[in-house]
Order: sequence, then C-alpha cells, then structure tokens
Amino acid sequence: MEFFHDLMNYAFLQKAFITSVMVGIICGAIGSFIVLRGMALMGDAISHAVLPGVAISYMLSINYFYGAVLTGVLTAFSIGAISQNSRIKSDSAIGIVFSAFFALGIILITKARSATDLTQILFGNVLSVRDSDMWITLVIGAIVIATVALFFKELLISSFDETMAAAYGLNTRFIHYAIMFLLTLVTVASLQTVGVILVVSMLITPASAAYLLTNRLSTMVVLASFFGALSAVIGLYFSFLYNMPSGPVIALATTSIFVLAFLFSPQQGLITQMFKSRGKQDAAA
Amino acid sequence: MTESITASNISVSYSGKQVVSNVSFTFAPGSLIGILGPNGAGKSTLMKAMLGLIRKDSGTTQIGSQSIDKVRKLIAYVPQRSNIDWNFPIVVKDTVLLGTYPKLGLFHRPSKADKAWAEECLKQVGMQDFADRQIGELSGGQQQRVFLARALAQKADYFFLDEPFVGIDVSSEEVIIGILRKLKDAGKTVLVVHHDLSKVKSYFDELILMNNVLIDAGPVEQVFREKNMTRAYERPMTMFDDLEVQM
Repeated sequence: MEFFHDLMNYAFLQKAFITSVMVGIICGAIGSFIVLRGMALMGDAISHAVLPGVAISYMLSINYFYGAVLTGVLTAFSIGAISQNSRIKSDSAIGIVFSAFFALGIILITKARSATDLTQILFGNVLSVRDSDMWITLVIGAIVIATVALFFKELLISSFDETMAAAYGLNTRFIHYAIMFLLTLVTVASLQTVGVILVVSMLITPASAAYLLTNRLSTMVVLASFFGALSAVIGLYFSFLYNMPSGPVIALATTSIFVLAFLFSPQQGLITQMFKSRGKQDAAA
Repeated sequence: MTESITASNISVSYSGKQVVSNVSFTFAPGSLIGILGPNGAGKSTLMKAMLGLIRKDSGTTQIGSQSIDKVRKLIAYVPQRSNIDWNFPIVVKDTVLLGTYPKLGLFHRPSKADKAWAEECLKQVGMQDFADRQIGELSGGQQQRVFLARALAQKADYFFLDEPFVGIDVSSEEVIIGILRKLKDAGKTVLVVHHDLSKVKSYFDELILMNNVLIDAGPVEQVFREKNMTRAYERPMTMFDDLEVQM
C-alpha cells in the first residue's frame, strides 16, 4: 500500500507508471502480430540493433530516439536484403545482422559513456524516466495504437493469408516494413523500462499467453496489451520497493502470466486438457 | 460481365532453373479449366505467376484487354491448404468475412450486410453449423469448403484454386465441384490446379496440360489424349486407355 501512497505523491513515480503502462500496451499490441507472423527472432534482432543508434545519439547529444529508429530500420532492411538476395535463410540473416549491430553498439556505448549507462540501456531502469522519455513513449504509443486500430483489417489479412492479401492488391512487403518500423518505435519506447536485452520478453510473452486464451485476433491484441501493462506495473513495483532492475522483473512477470495461461487456458491449457481427457474417460467407463 | 483470360509467354525460374517455360493460352469467359501435369510440372507456380504473386522472368496475364493488375478486386484466389497457418486465432465465420475485405477499401469495417452475405456464403458450402469454430478444429475437406466460401464472399468473376481436392473427403469434394460448376454456369471463369487423373473428364471442360512447358491447352476432348499425356508424364500412359473407357 505504501507503493500506492507514494504513487500518488511522487512525480517521478507517476512518470514511471504512465510510461510502463504505455510500453506494456504497445508491446502487447505489436507483439501479437510479431508472434502470429513468426517473427519473434526479428523482434529480438531489432531490439538489440537499436543499440548503436542510441550510442551515436549520445555522442552527438541528440535524443536517442533518432539514432535508434535509424539503426532499427537499417537492420530490418539489411536482413531483408540478405535473405532475399542470397540462399541464406532468414533466421541466419537475422543472426548475422543483429549480432553485428549489437556488438558495434556495445563498443560505441563504452566509448561514449560510462558503464552505468550501458547497464541501464541493456536492462532498463524505469525509475529514471525523464519527462522527455515519457512524452516520447506517449507519442509513440499514440502512433502505434492508431495504426493498429486504423489498419487492423489489413494487418489481420496479411498476417493470416499473405497470398490472398497480395492477390487482391495489398502491398504486403510495405506492410512487412511498416510493422518493422512500428517494432523499432516500440523498442525505443521500451528502452527505459525493460532495456534492449529483454524487450523481446515484453513483445513475445504476453502475446503468446493471450494467443493461448482466445480464437479472435482482436481479443488477443487487447489481452496481450493488458498482460503487458500488468507486467510493466509489477516490474515498477518491485524495482521501487526492493531496488531491483525493472527489466528482469518485468520479464519474469510476463513469464508467470504465460505459465498460468499455458497450464490453465480453458482450451489449450496443459492441466485443463488433463482434466478434460480424464472426464472423457470417466464418461466412457 | 466476365471476359476472356489470356496468358502470354509466362516463364518463371527458381534459382536459375526454369520451372515454367514460355506458357501461353487463352480461354473464353465462363470456362471451368483444369491445370494438369505431373508433380513438379510448375502448375501452382504458373497460377501464382499469372496472378503476379511471384517474380516472373517474362510474360503477362490479361483479362479481356486489361492487365490483371487493373482488375485485382475481381479475382478470388484459394491457396493450397498447406500454405495456411491453421492455428491462427480466427473462427470460421470471420475467415469467410475476409472475403468482403477487398471491396471495402481502407478504413472501412465490414457492415451488417457484409456479415449476412458471409453467412450466406457459408451456407452455400454447407458449413453454417461450424461458424464459431476455430479453423484448425475442422477436417481438411471442411477447411477447403470454408476457403471456397471466402472466395464466394469476394463476389469475384475469376476464381483461382490451387489443389482444392487434395486430402479431402468425398462429400466435400462433391460440394466443391458442384459450386464450381454453378459458378461456371453463371458465366464466371474458374481455374483449378489439379493432379488426380481419374476425375479430369467429369470435372473440367477445358484443360491446360503442362510439364514446365505447355503441352496443350483447350477443350478436354482435345487435350486429354494418350499422346499428350505420355508427353506430359514422360512415361507410357497405359492405364490411360482404361480411364478413357471408364469415362
């Protein structure tokens, strides 16, 4: 309860709270499409690959947003270029590109700033969210939510049946890169909260939990956003009260939600199915 | 009003090897056309190339005098079942509703009328009792019927179906061929990638017979002959005589 009391009284905590919730929501929303399109590894790649952009931004003393978006987009295009123009499969192309960008990022960051900054960027420190970070997150959040809402139809059909989408004239390659761009924005927004290493847990895990619970994409997106926001708040709570790094706590919170869904989902749950099949056997006996 | 469909000099290569080589044909409106050939003959590739879904070396597809790119909204494509993620979070009725998307355009959601129309299409394939099932819970034949319903929902004039009869039950096959015949009778053009030789004569009016190159294209009686078939399948089609007797 002390947490809620402090939440009412401290501006820094309110900023952290608003940022976390927004990050959770947009990670869940974009994550749903990443999961369904089989691009989990791509999500991991983009999140790691924003690091050199962040470093260069620090060096030029501009907002890290610009550099991160630049290297994120560059990564998406490099991966596309390698997998489309050679026999290299896309998972290998992803591995090649993102490890290179990430390595470059670490070298640049250690040159540019102290090691504390590196830890913050890698693992997140939600309590150090500044005004500008919060506003960037809110603007990105508005863009992501508006895009998903306005183009839901196109996102649905191109994720489910890309060939049909292309057959009736949708530019599926453009949609792919648009999602990569949104993914980059979401990663940038998540830097302060979860850090680059664990962004993927916010993208993939809440969406996967939601996937186990519903047969409707719209429900999945909403559930994933809710799980994301919940995990982010749990992360904030623990890092405030017990002085833990927020990223890992958030990652474990998403995992806990996933495990619950995995075991108890009404249709897909491991334990639910065990009881169901036992019920059937009883009925047969 | 449907128009003729014409493919001109279509060639496609995969990593340097030409799998469709200089294929041309033309068919009048209101045809039910089978695309026939052995495994690896490039049948599905030809269909995808006609629709501009894959990169071609050369060639064009025309509907009447227009390029196919200009009339995309008049085309319904039913992919091979193996190309679909059957675990996708979508139920049967929403899958059929996707058929209304092409004509909706950006920013528009399906209306009540669209939903009623999708339901009507689902009834036509006899799957209305499965409307709220997740698509992965259906049998292969039921899945194929749902995808045909989606194509019907598109109110298209040209239907392209890639191997719709593979791995499905007899009653689903009957439902599907019945609907394809009705479409043809209504003046629509239907192209079907197919490889089961036993049903060719009873299913199709026109044939495209190919094995990388075009062997022959035209009415079934003209194309479906031993000489052509032996060339296409690169082995003596001895059982072919029996088939013809059967028909």
